Amino acid sequence: MSHHLVEAENLRHVYPDGTVALRDVSFRITHGESVAVIGANGAGKSTLLLHLNGYLAPTAGEVRIGDLSFTKKTLPEIRRRVGMVFQDPDDQLFMPTVYEDVAFGPVNLGLSPVEVEGRVMVALERVGAEHLRERPPYRLSGGEKKRVAIATVLSMAPDILVMDEPTNGLDPFARRRLMELLKDFRHTKIFTSHDLDMVLELCERTIVLHDGEVRADGPTLDIFRDDGLLAECRLEKPLSMQGCPVCGSSSKQTEKGG
Amino acid sequence: MHMADALLSPAVGGTLWAASSGAIAYCSAKVRKELDDRKVPLMGVLGAFLFAAQMINFSIPGTGSSGHLGGGLLLTILLGPRAAFLTIASVLVVQALFFADGGLLALGCNIFNLGFFPAFVAYPCIYRKIAGECPGQARITVAAVAAAVAGLQLGAFAVVLETVSSGITSLPFSTFVLLMQPIHLAIGIVEGVVTAAVVTFVCNARPDILQGAMGARPVAGPPLRNVLLAFLAAAVLTGGVLSWFASGDPDGLEWAIAKTTGKEEVAGPEHGIHGMLTALQEKIAFLPDYSFRKPAEAKSAGPEAEGGAKPAEETRKEEGSKLGTSLSGIVGGLITLALVFLAGFLLKRRSQAA
Amino acid sequence: MASIEGTILDFKRLDRLARGGTSLHRIDARAKVLVALLFILSVVSFDRYALTALFPFLLYPAVVLALGNLPADYFVKKVALFLPFAVAVGMLNPLFDREVMVRLGPFDISGGWVSCASIVVRAILTISAALLLVGVTGFPEICRALERLGVPQIFAVQLLFLYRYIFVLTEEGARSSRARELRSFGGKGLGIKSFGSLVGHLLLRTWMRAERIHMAMLARGFTGQFHALQPSRFGGRELLYLLGWSALFIVLRLRNVPDLLGSLVTGALR
Repeated sequence: MSHHLVEAENLRHVYPDGTVALRDVSFRITHGESVAVIGANGAGKSTLLLHLNGYLAPTAGEVRIGDLSFTKKTLPEIRRRVGMVFQDPDDQLFMPTVYEDVAFGPVNLGLSPVEVEGRVMVALERVGAEHLRERPPYRLSGGEKKRVAIATVLSMAPDILVMDEPTNGLDPFARRRLMELLKDFRHTKIFTSHDLDMVLELCERTIVLHDGEVRADGPTLDIFRDDGLLAECRLEKPLSMQGCPVCGSSSKQTEKGG
Repeated sequence: MHMADALLSPAVGGTLWAASSGAIAYCSAKVRKELDDRKVPLMGVLGAFLFAAQMINFSIPGTGSSGHLGGGLLLTILLGPRAAFLTIASVLVVQALFFADGGLLALGCNIFNLGFFPAFVAYPCIYRKIAGECPGQARITVAAVAAAVAGLQLGAFAVVLETVSSGITSLPFSTFVLLMQPIHLAIGIVEGVVTAAVVTFVCNARPDILQGAMGARPVAGPPLRNVLLAFLAAAVLTGGVLSWFASGDPDGLEWAIAKTTGKEEVAGPEHGIHGMLTALQEKIAFLPDYSFRKPAEAKSAGPEAEGGAKPAEETRKEEGSKLGTSLSGIVGGLITLALVFLAGFLLKRRSQAA
Repeated sequence: MASIEGTILDFKRLDRLARGGTSLHRIDARAKVLVALLFILSVVSFDRYALTALFPFLLYPAVVLALGNLPADYFVKKVALFLPFAVAVGMLNPLFDREVMVRLGPFDISGGWVSCASIVVRAILTISAALLLVGVTGFPEICRALERLGVPQIFAVQLLFLYRYIFVLTEEGARSSRARELRSFGGKGLGIKSFGSLVGHLLLRTWMRAERIHMAMLARGFTGQFHALQPSRFGGRELLYLLGWSALFIVLRLRNVPDLLGSLVTGALR
C-alpha cells in the first residue's frame, strides 16, 4: 500500500526571520503505523506536522505522501489523504453548526448532498457525536470539540491521521474516551504530544525531536527506557513508568516489559 | 454617535441604505478579486476582535470618565479600506440586531457614517499621507489623531444632517451641530491616541503584519478625483434631500425672504442678480437658525408672514386630527392597546399549552 | 456598554431561543426577514406627531412573541434597556416644540411631548422587531437568508465568521480585561497605555488565530468559494406569512384604525 507512505528526506525548514526550525529530518512511516513525535517545546514538532499537508514548504529536502510529491496539482489530493487535526479545536470549528463543519471537507471535495450527508453521519458516528449535529461550536465542551474536530477530518476519508497534541486540555474522562477512539482507528496515525502516557498506550513507534533534528526513532518502550536520551531532550519517563508515589517501588511495567 | 431608527425618516434612511449597500457590493467584489483567501477568516476574526475590544474600557486622563475604542481607523490600517469597510459593516449589523445600536433602518446610515469616512476618507487622505509604512511612534500618533478627528467630525456632521433632514426631532440644526461637533472632536482625539497606541504596539511586536497590510496595495490612496467625486455625490444627495424638505415648508422660506428684503418674491431681472444673491444669503443664513420642519417657528412668524402661510394653529390642528391626537384618536388608541395585549396573551397561552 | 460576560450570555440565550421548534421558527428565514424590514419601514414612515396610529403595530411583536413561545419578560426587559439610548435625542423635543397641540380637558399638551411620545413608541416597535427577528430565526439563518436575498457572499460569510468568533474573542477579551482589573488599584493601571498593550496583545493573538483557521480551512480543501449546503424552501406558508403581514401593515399605515375605533365608541356612547 505504497500510497500510504509518509516520507521525509533531509527535511530542512528555516523561518523568514532566520529561525532554523528543522535541520535535517528524515523518516519513513508505513501504512497502519502509529507514531508519536515527541520533544521539548520549540523542538520543531508543529513545524514538522505542517509540512505533512503542504501548508509549509521545505527550505531544503523533500516530503512525500505515498507516491505524490507536493505540487499545486497534487495538493488537493494530498490534503484529502492527510487529515490534520490542530491543537485548538476552536480554530478548526469555524462553521455555524457541527454538521456544517463536518460537511465542509466533503462539500469542498465536490460530493453530492446525499453523499455529503452520508459521510457526515458516518464521521459523527465514529466519534460518538451524532447527537451534536445541530449544535453550534461554542456550545460544546472541550472533549466534544476535540471529537467533532476529528470528525471534520474523518469525513474526508483520509488515509493518514495527523494530530497535534490530541489530549491537550482534556479532563480525564474525555481523555480516556478519546484514547479509546484513537485505538480503534486503522489509519496511519501521527501524533505530537506531551502526554507521554498516552504515547506509551497508543503508539508503538516514537520519534524524538531535539533542536530540529531526529535524536531517536524506534520502538516507544526502548526510547522511554533510555534515561540519558530523555534527560538530554528535556523529557521524562511517562508517569506510569516512574516509581509509585505511594509505596515507592518502581513500576511493574518496566520489569515486565509490557 | 449611532443614528437611531426613531429619529430617521424613510427617505433619508432609504437613501443612506442605498449608498451603504452600493458600497458593500463594491467592496465585496473588490475583495473577492484580490484572490487572497486569507482575508476571509481574517476579516471575520478581526471583526470579532473589534467587538470584544470595544467592550474593554480605559480611563481618559484629565477627565474622570472612561472611553472605549471605536476601531474604524484601526481596522483600516490593518486590513485596507475595502476589507475594513466590510468588517465594520458586519460589526454594525450584529450590534443593530442584538443591541439595538441604532436599529435596522438606521443601519444604512451607521454603516456609512462609521465605515465610509474612516476607511475611504480619513485613512487614505490623511493617515497614509502622514504616516507611511512603519514610522516612529510620534508620526503614528499625529497621523492617527488627525485621521480619527477628521473621520469622526465627518461622521458626526453626517448624523446631524441625517437627523435634521428626517424632520422627526424638533432639535434645531444649529443647536445640534454645536452639540455634536465639539464632543466628537474630543472623542476623535482620544480615538486617535488610542489607535496610535495599539498600532505602535503591533509595529514593534510584529511589523510584518502592517507591512503585509500596506504592501498589498498601491502606495497612494484612491485618486483624489474619486474622493472628490464621492463627496460631490454625497453633497448633491444631501442637498437634494434637504431642499425637498425645505421646499415643503414654503412659509418659512417666504418668511425669511420677506423679512429681509421686505418683498414677498424675488424682484425682476433688473434686480435679478441682487435678488438671487439675497436669496442665496437668506438660504445660507437660513440654515443655522432654521429647523427644517418646525411649525413652531412658523407660528411666531405668523404676524409677519404675508400671504401663502396658513395660520399656524389651523395647520397644527389638521395635523393633529390626521395623526390621532384628537380625543377619539386617543380613545381608539387605548382600545387598540388593550386588544393587542389580549391577542398576544391568548396566543401565548395557546402556544404554551400546545 | 454592558459587561463582556453579560453580553456573551445574551448572545447564547438569544441563540438558544432561536432553536425553538414552533411553527414560526420553521418558516423560511427569508419571509421573516422581509416582514421585519417591511414592518420597520412602515413604522418609520409615519409623521413625527403620529402616536395612536402606531399602536396597532404592536400586534406584530405581540404575535411573534406569542407564537414563537419567547419569554416576554426577557424581551420587555431588553427593550426597556435599549430604549433610553434610542430616544435620547428625542427627549429634547418638548424643550423646542412648545406649541400646544392637544387639549385634553384641563391639560394642554404641546407638540413636543406628542412627538417625544411618538419617538418612544417608534423605538419600542423597531427595537422589538429586530430582537424578535433574531429570537425566532437565529443569526446564522438570517445571514443565509440575506445571501439568498442578494447580499454578496463575501459579506454573508463575513457575518457568519464574525458571529462564530465573537464568542471566542469576547471570552479572551474578558480574561485579559479581568486580569488587568485585578492588578489595577484605585484607577491606576486602567489608562490608555495599558489598554494599548492589552488590546495589542489581543490583536496579535487574533491575527495568529486567523492564520490557524486559514490553515484548517486549507487542510479541508478550501479553495476560496463557499458552497451552499441545503436549498431552502420558500413555499405556500412563507408566501402566506409575507403577504398576510404586508397587507396588514399597509392597511394600518394608510388608515388610522384607533381613530376609527375611538370614533365608533365615542359615537356610540353619545
